[in-house]
Amino acid sequence: MLLSIVLAPFVAALLVPWLRRVAGSWIGLFLTIIPASLFTVLLSILPRVNSGTTISAAWEWVSSLGINFALRLDSWSLLFALLVTGIGTLVFLYSHFYLGAKEDLTKYYLYILAFMGSMLGVVLAGNLIVLYLFWEFTSFTSFLLIGFWSNRERSRYGAQKALLITVFGGFVMLAGFALLYIVTGSFDLVEIMAKRELVLGSPLFPYILILVLIGAFTKSAQVPFHIWLPNAMEAPTPISAFLHSATMVKAGLYLVGRLFPLFSGTALWFGLVSGVGVATLITGSLLAVKQDDLKALLAYSTISQLGLIMTLFGLGTPLATSAAVFHLFNHAAFKGALFMAVGIIDHETGTRDINLLGGLGKRMPITAAVTGIAAFAMAGLPPFSGFVSKELFYEATLHPEFSGWLAGLLPWLSVGASIFTFVYSMLLFFYVFLGQPRGETPKLPHEAPILMLIGPVVLAGITIFAGLKPDFFGQSLVNPAVASIIGRPVSEHYQLWHGVTTPLVMSLATIGVGVVLYKLVEPLRRLFKGIKTKFNPNHIYDWGLDLLTNQSAKLTNWYMTGLLRDYVVYIIGAFVILVGGTYLLKVSGIQGWHFAPINLYELLFALLFAAAVIMILRASSRVIGLIALGIVGFFMASFWVILRAPDLALTQLIVETISLILFLLAFAHLPSYFKDTEPRNKKIVDAITSASFGILAAGLALTAHGTRLFESISAYYIENSLKLGGGRNIVNVILVDFRGLDTMGEITVLSIAAMGVYALVKLRRRTR
Amino acid sequence: MKSLILETISRLVVFVILIFSIYLLLQGHNAPGGGFIAGLMTSATFVLQYVAFGIKHQRSILPLNFKMLISLGLLLSLGTGLVPMLFGKPFLTSAFGNLNLPVLGEFEMATAVLFDLGVYLIVVGVTMTIITALGEN
Repeated sequence: MLLSIVLAPFVAALLVPWLRRVAGSWIGLFLTIIPASLFTVLLSILPRVNSGTTISAAWEWVSSLGINFALRLDSWSLLFALLVTGIGTLVFLYSHFYLGAKEDLTKYYLYILAFMGSMLGVVLAGNLIVLYLFWEFTSFTSFLLIGFWSNRERSRYGAQKALLITVFGGFVMLAGFALLYIVTGSFDLVEIMAKRELVLGSPLFPYILILVLIGAFTKSAQVPFHIWLPNAMEAPTPISAFLHSATMVKAGLYLVGRLFPLFSGTALWFGLVSGVGVATLITGSLLAVKQDDLKALLAYSTISQLGLIMTLFGLGTPLATSAAVFHLFNHAAFKGALFMAVGIIDHETGTRDINLLGGLGKRMPITAAVTGIAAFAMAGLPPFSGFVSKELFYEATLHPEFSGWLAGLLPWLSVGASIFTFVYSMLLFFYVFLGQPRGETPKLPHEAPILMLIGPVVLAGITIFAGLKPDFFGQSLVNPAVASIIGRPVSEHYQLWHGVTTPLVMSLATIGVGVVLYKLVEPLRRLFKGIKTKFNPNHIYDWGLDLLTNQSAKLTNWYMTGLLRDYVVYIIGAFVILVGGTYLLKVSGIQGWHFAPINLYELLFALLFAAAVIMILRASSRVIGLIALGIVGFFMASFWVILRAPDLALTQLIVETISLILFLLAFAHLPSYFKDTEPRNKKIVDAITSASFGILAAGLALTAHGTRLFESISAYYIENSLKLGGGRNIVNVILVDFRGLDTMGEITVLSIAAMGVYALVKLRRRTR
Repeated sequence: MKSLILETISRLVVFVILIFSIYLLLQGHNAPGGGFIAGLMTSATFVLQYVAFGIKHQRSILPLNFKMLISLGLLLSLGTGLVPMLFGKPFLTSAFGNLNLPVLGEFEMATAVLFDLGVYLIVVGVTMTIITALGEN
């Protein structure tokens, strides 16, 4: 069953081009069936999984390396799978209205289905390699979706940035997995989990942890890798809602939760995960306040909220983990709603610039209500879901497992960051929907079609419900997921009202200071915009990318001269140095040269052969050189005849003939004869290269003939070519039977080369 | 440039070379020859035609898409390699036995010859693709 859940979106993706023809612009509505039915299936197994059953399945793959195609579903995976398919359903529905019929819907739905399949693969993987593969595939599909409007320069920039950063992280993570394999001898998640002591005791532990966490941090946009997420907002808004807030960016959190039993409780884990998490929380919430673009604001807010959840995972206590999972769920709901609402604003007004919007509440009442509910939840106001999880967050920061400056500062930093979260949340609602319009919007604002509002309204409904009845989701989704993460049952109860406690005081302080700061929001935004810092990861990224491309271009231009004769020197030079070096170093074990008696006519042939070679060197035009080259070739063939190798002689003769014709045809395209225009030092290099190559080749041939390091295989061929290959021509039986695979490779290369030549010749003509 | 001698001779020898090249292909398993040599020799025939009569004439008497020949050959070679896998044998396992043809009588035949036929088609395709591409320019 697990396999079909993962494969269903991929299969559907393959059917998209056909469905596009059949269903036309209604394709989005048809495809909503896929996530919806997957969601229903997953929901139906929720009770079974929550009772502690882990569903798993495995197929053999590369058993010798411990890689099985293993899938595993526990409550933590199931929570994610439900988010992916549930929000996926709403996003598909929403996309139908968001994207016009003129857009490339085939491409869009193909990519998004492929993403959904790979995201399900990530959360259902039971083997680290399987997880890694799907992980990279989510990066790849995310790249395609960010660059959906590929004619826009910003889209391409954002797509490339996201791909480079997340794939870099994924690759680093793979190195971490490899180290983990070295320590535990397994890629299987269950087997690795059982070896916690071994991993923690290993000297490789810090490296494993750092490498794996870099993967999680890049994916979940943690500081300093967060810079890709704001640029990823170039994607269509439903994509931002789906990938870049609700699901894919949470893959890092999923991984951190998955490996929680293995690493948590160590000081390094706390320092790294909570430290980076809280840094991200603060950076994101501060930067969000100054944004003009609503989507950019949401992007920084997502970064900040991801940092919050990361901080909680780092704390390692059961309470913190409950808070993390609950907030993860809440964030998916309210942020999904906010993105869809912003998409509606963008769609119906034609702009996302906060300085142009204002007073939209009257014209778009439902969108306003949705935004209000979601923004209040994000700010942590009662009675919405965010309040419950934020209280839990405060509570968890007050009871860390570790002491030290970071643990001591955490509650203060949390409140500080939450104040700015409050400010930008209010900005999102009051600034945009209340008051008077600040400028002309490109379109006259009006409410979105009712079906487009389904998605945001459902998510806003969940936000209210999770606030009023937190224990419903707490018991059905959060506690089982936490139990799978920490590996033992939890009995946490979630309520809106706890009585007067320290967290409540912290919440009140947040709201109080937040209200004051919101009154000063205009000067605050100006102040933040005025701050220019030299340390900006974006600059480092751009500078690094620039350096890389420029320096590689310089390096390449230096040795890629465009002259074939230079390339020949490189190839032959490398051969001489590598093979000749080996020859000189390993000279022991090589025996003397054995010469067969040389006949007079053989000597005569050799002399004529040499004369032809000298003629090539002295040729005054290409044609003469070519004819001399032909003479060399025909002498070669006559040597084969003398040495009784008819196959080789035949081949040599025909090859000579055909290549002569090829040369003649190519003449028209070659520049005029340049022999004497070469500078002197180049000629010396050429002479040394060719002389050393000639000596080496002759020496090798003679040595190879005289040296027998192994039993020659020719006896085997002579004996078996008729018996096993059914042929008497040994050369041919070797080619088509004994070494058939080699021939297969050779003819493939030959075919590709022919296509290359054809393309080059044709392309040249077209550009001329 | 038209040359009467070349045209006359090429008309005469083209079929001789062509038949010889096919002979080389089929006997390759037991005597000198094989797909590679035969392919080159067949190409040489075409090239001779081309040199003697020009590319247009050659096109009209032999309307072959040489690029298709390449893929056909690859498909054939790969196919002969894959068939044994259907019988649970490793990729490229060859079989041989005696084939009884009417008129021609009984002779030995190996599946490797089919593989060689693929090689032959590819060599013809590759050589002619390159030569015609260069020649057309």
